[in-house]
Amino acid sequence: MSEAAMERRLHYLNVSYGVKSWLFTTDHKRIAWLYLLSITFFFFIGGLAATLLRLELLTPQGDLVQAETYNKLFTMHGVMMVFFFLIPSIPAVLGNFLIPMMIGARDLAFPRLNLLSWYLYMSGGLLTIGAAVAGGVDTGWTFYTPYSSIYSNSHVVLTVCGIFINGFSSILTGLNFIVTVHKMRAPGMTWFRLPLFVWSHYATSIIFILGTPVVAIALALVALERIFRLGIFDPALGGDPILFQHLFWFYSHPAVYIMILPGMGVVSEVIACFSRKRIFGYSFVAFASLGIAVLGFLVWGHHMFVSGQSIYAGMIFSLLSMLVAIPSAIKVFNWTATLYKGSISLDAPMLYALGFIGLFTIGGLTGIFLATLAIDIHVHDTYFIVAHFHYIMVGGAVMAYLGGIHFWWPKMTGRLYPEGWARLAAVTIFLGFNLTFFPQFVLGYLGMPRRYHAYPPEFQVLNVMSTAGASILALGYLLPLIYLIWSLRYGRVAGMNPWRATGLEWQTPSPPPTDNFEKTPIVTREPYDYARAEPQSEYAPGEVEHV
Amino acid sequence: MSKSHPRLLHHFDDPEQQLEASQSGMWLFLVTEIMFFGGMFIGYTVYREAYFEVFAHASNHLSVWLGGINTAVLICSSLSMAMAVHSAHQGQRRKIVFYLLLTMVLGTAFLGIKFTEYYHKYGENLIPGLDFAFKEGNAGQAAIFYSFYFGMTGLHALHMIIGLGLLSFLAVQAARGRFSPLYSTPVEMTGLYWHFVDIVWIFLFPLLYLVGRH
Amino acid sequence: MNLGFPLFPDQASTMAPRVDALYFVLIGVSVFFALLISIAIVVFAFRYRRRADNERPPEITGDLRLEILWTVIPLGFTLIMFAWGAILYFDTYSPPPNALEIHVVAKQWMWKAQHPEGRSEIDELHVPLGRPIKLLLTSQDVIHDFFVPAFRIKTDVVPGRYMTVWFEATKAGAFRLFCAEYCGTLHSGMLGRIVVMQPRDYQNWLGGQAGGMTLAAAGARLFQSLGCVACHTEKDSARGPSLAGLFGKQVRLQDGKTNTADENYLRESIINPQAKIVAGYQPIMPTFKGLVGEEGILQIIAYLKSLDRQEGGPARK
Repeated sequence: MSEAAMERRLHYLNVSYGVKSWLFTTDHKRIAWLYLLSITFFFFIGGLAATLLRLELLTPQGDLVQAETYNKLFTMHGVMMVFFFLIPSIPAVLGNFLIPMMIGARDLAFPRLNLLSWYLYMSGGLLTIGAAVAGGVDTGWTFYTPYSSIYSNSHVVLTVCGIFINGFSSILTGLNFIVTVHKMRAPGMTWFRLPLFVWSHYATSIIFILGTPVVAIALALVALERIFRLGIFDPALGGDPILFQHLFWFYSHPAVYIMILPGMGVVSEVIACFSRKRIFGYSFVAFASLGIAVLGFLVWGHHMFVSGQSIYAGMIFSLLSMLVAIPSAIKVFNWTATLYKGSISLDAPMLYALGFIGLFTIGGLTGIFLATLAIDIHVHDTYFIVAHFHYIMVGGAVMAYLGGIHFWWPKMTGRLYPEGWARLAAVTIFLGFNLTFFPQFVLGYLGMPRRYHAYPPEFQVLNVMSTAGASILALGYLLPLIYLIWSLRYGRVAGMNPWRATGLEWQTPSPPPTDNFEKTPIVTREPYDYARAEPQSEYAPGEVEHV
Repeated sequence: MSKSHPRLLHHFDDPEQQLEASQSGMWLFLVTEIMFFGGMFIGYTVYREAYFEVFAHASNHLSVWLGGINTAVLICSSLSMAMAVHSAHQGQRRKIVFYLLLTMVLGTAFLGIKFTEYYHKYGENLIPGLDFAFKEGNAGQAAIFYSFYFGMTGLHALHMIIGLGLLSFLAVQAARGRFSPLYSTPVEMTGLYWHFVDIVWIFLFPLLYLVGRH
Repeated sequence: MNLGFPLFPDQASTMAPRVDALYFVLIGVSVFFALLISIAIVVFAFRYRRRADNERPPEITGDLRLEILWTVIPLGFTLIMFAWGAILYFDTYSPPPNALEIHVVAKQWMWKAQHPEGRSEIDELHVPLGRPIKLLLTSQDVIHDFFVPAFRIKTDVVPGRYMTVWFEATKAGAFRLFCAEYCGTLHSGMLGRIVVMQPRDYQNWLGGQAGGMTLAAAGARLFQSLGCVACHTEKDSARGPSLAGLFGKQVRLQDGKTNTADENYLRESIINPQAKIVAGYQPIMPTFKGLVGEEGILQIIAYLKSLDRQEGGPARK
C-alpha cells in the first residue's frame, strides 16, 4: 500500500497526537513504545558503564579511574542491565505489544495497571540514576552483606529503593499477562493453539509473581539494616550474612530465566516463520518452558557452593542444576530439527535467532561446568562466570530482543528496516560478541577474579582482546539505533504480513488499529500452520462482534 | 449480550469475563503478597530456630492481651467486610456504607492498639536502633527478634492503612449508589484483600506473641 | 606453545590434575555438542535454503523417539558430571587427619596468617611441599574469599564463623593468592603469595622470626592475662566447666541439647557466652567481645587444642 494510504487509515499511532495522549495512554501498543524508548535509554547508560570498565581493563594497572569509581561503575552496569534492561526488555516491549494480538484480544486484562507498571519502572529507574548522580553505589548488583548493610559508604538505600519500586512493575506485568492468557483468548484459541511466544511469557510471568517479592524483601531488609542498624545480617550482633544470600538468590536465580524465556519465545516464532515450518515438538517446547520456570526455583544454592552452606546442600543444588539444563537442551534440539527440510531464508531476524541458538548453547553448556561442584570451586567469582552469563544474556537474550524488534518492526511501525544494514549489524554483533567474551573463559580458568580494577600483567593480552571485541560489539549496537530510526521516515511501507507468517498479529493491518482487530477473530487452525496456510487470504477474521 | 452495561470496559466481551479477570487478578496479587511476607517469615523462622531461648524471653515482653484483642478485632472486621460484600451483592446501599464504615472503625481500632503497643516498646527501650537495651539475654539476638517484630507487624500495618484508604474510597462510592447486583466488583476485590490481611495477622500473632508460652 | 602469556594455570596441588581432568572431559563433550548443533544449523541453512517463494515444506510435527533420545542422553551426561564433580568436591572438603593447620584472618584489604609454631605473616603464606595443609579462616569485617588458582581451591571467608579448606602442594615456588569475593574499595589489591618450600627450607624459615612463640603458647598467655583461668580452674568447685581435653568432644547444654566443641563453638563461647550454657553451670561468664581480636581467639583455640594432646590421647578431629 502507499504511504498516503497508510497515513489516511486510522491506526494506533495516529489516532491521537500529543504528549498527554502518550503519557496517559492505556493502549498496550503505545505502552510498549514507552518501554522501548526508556529501555533503550537505560541500556545505553549500562553500556556506557561497560565501555569505561573495558577501557580500564586494557592495562593491568588501575589507571583510568580510581578503584572506588571502578567499583561504582561495575555496580551501575549490573544494576542497569539486569533490573532495568534485561528483565523488562522482551516482556515489556514485545510481550506488551504482541500478547493481546497473538491471542485475538483487544488489550491486556488490566490496561491501566499496565500503564502504572511503566510509571513504576520509570520511577525506579530515575531514582537509581539519581543515586548514581548523587555519588553512586559500590556494592555490586548482588548487594552482599555485611558489606552492603554496614561497611559501604555509598548510596545503597537510594539504589535499593529504585530497584524495589521497579520490582512492582515486574509483578504487575506478570499478573497482567497471566490473567490475559487465561481469560482473554479469542474463540477457538485453545492452550495448544497458542504461539510459543505466549507460552514462554506465561512461564516468565509465573517467575515474575513468585520470585520478585522475595528479592524486594531481601533488599528492604538491607535498607532497614543500614538505617536502623538492626543486626539481621551482622555477625557481631548474632545475625547471619549468608541469610541474605539465600533470600537474594532465591529470586535472582529464577530471574535469569525471566531474562531468557521470553527470548526463547521470540526464537520459536522467528525460526518457524523463516523455515516456513511448524516448530518441531511444539508441546515439548511449551512444557519445557514451564519446566524451566518450576525447576528454576530449586537451584539457587548453586551460587553459594563456596559460601559456607553444608556440602550436602551443595550436592543437592548441583544435581538440581543439572536437571534444569535439560529442558533448555530439549528446546535447542527442537529448534534445530525445525530447520530440517524447511524453506530457509536468512533475513536479519533469522540471523539473530540462529546466532541465539549457537551462543545460548555455549552459554548453557558452560552452565554445566558451573553446576559441576569441583569445577565451580575453581571458577566461582572469576571471569569464567562473567563469560558464562554474558553468553546467555548478551549472546542469548539481547540477540533475541534485537531479532524480535526486527521481526515485528513492520507490524509496529508499518515500515520495513533496510535488510542489508540489518544483516551487517547482526553479523557484526555476533563476531564482536564472541571476541569480547570467549577470551574471558580462558581468563577465568586462569584465575582472574571478577570485579577487579587492576590485575596481574600476565592477564593483559586476553583483556585487550576482550576490549577490542567490545568496541566491535558497540558498533554493532549503534547500527540498528541509526537505521531503525531512519526507517520510521524512509523505510519501505510494509503490508499487513511482509513475512507471510502465521499468527493472528499478522492478520491485521500494519500498524494495527487501536483495538487490534476490526472483528474478533475465530481461530480454527493449529499454530505455525505453514504447510497449509496461505496467510494473506485464508485467515479471515471471524464474525463475532465486540461490545 | 449486554452491550449496554454501564461498567463494561471496552476490551472485555461481557461483564462475566470482566469479573472473572478481576477475580483472577486479585487472587494472583494475593499470591505475590504471600511471597512478600514469606521472605520475612523465612528469616524469622531461621533465627527463631537458632536463638529460641532469647526469642522466647523477648516474646514474653509482648502483651498477649493486646495482641489477642487485636486478633478478635480483626476477625470481626473480616466479618463486617463480608457483610459489606453481601450487601453489595444485594444492592442495599445503606447497609454497604454501614458495614464498610464498621470495618473501618474496627481497622482503625486495630491500628490504635498496635501503635499503643509500639509506644510501650519505645518506653521499654525495645526498639532496635533507638537506645535498645535487653537484660534477659543476648541483646543482639533480642534485637533481631524485635527487628522482625517491627518489620513484620509494620508491613502488616502498612497494608492495613492502605486497606483503610481503599475502604474510605469504597464508602464514598457506595454512598453514591455505584454498587448493585450487576456490579460490585470493587467491594468484592477489596474484601479479598482485607481477608488476606486478616489471615496474615492470624499467622503473625502466634508466631510473634506466643513463643515458648505454655 | 609459548605465546608469552599463559593460557592455562599451573598445576601445583594434588587436586589440580583431578579437577583439570574433569574440566577437559567437560570441554570435550561441550565442543562435541556445540559443533553438532552449529554444523547442523549451517548445513540445514544451506541445504534447505529457500529456492522459490512458494515452496511448501513438508509438515513435520515432531518425533517422540527423538525427544526421548535428546532428553535421555543429555541427562545421562549431566548426571555423570554431577557424580564426578560431587566426589571431587567431597574430597576437597575432607582434609586428611594429619594436616598441618594454619590460621588465616582476612580483613579489608589484607591476609594475615599464623603458623602453629608461632610465625605470622601478612599477605604471604609459606608452606612445606608435599604435606597436607589445612587452613582455618575467618574474617574480621566483610566476606572475603581465599582463592589460589594454581591449587584449584577456593572458599569464602565469612565474619563470625570459621571456614576450612585444605591442599597439598606438589610444586615448589610462589603462587598467586586472590581475594575472590568483592569486599570494597581495594578488593583488587587484596593479593598475596603462597610460597611453597622444600620441607627443610620451611623448617629453617619457621625458626626465622625473632621472639616468635607458638600459637598454643600465645594462647596460654592470653588465657592467663584475660582471666579465663579464674573460673576454668579444673577444680571440682570451679565456676566454669573444665576445658582440658574438651576440644572435639560433645558438650551437654542446659536445654538438654548437645553440641560438638569445635572451633566455632569455642569462638562463640568467648564472644557470646550466653548462647549455649553448659549443663550444671550458671550463666555468669562475661563476654570478651572487643577484648580479644580474631587472631587472639585463634591462639586461645590453639592452646585449648593443645590441652587435648597433653592428656595423652590423640587430638580429636
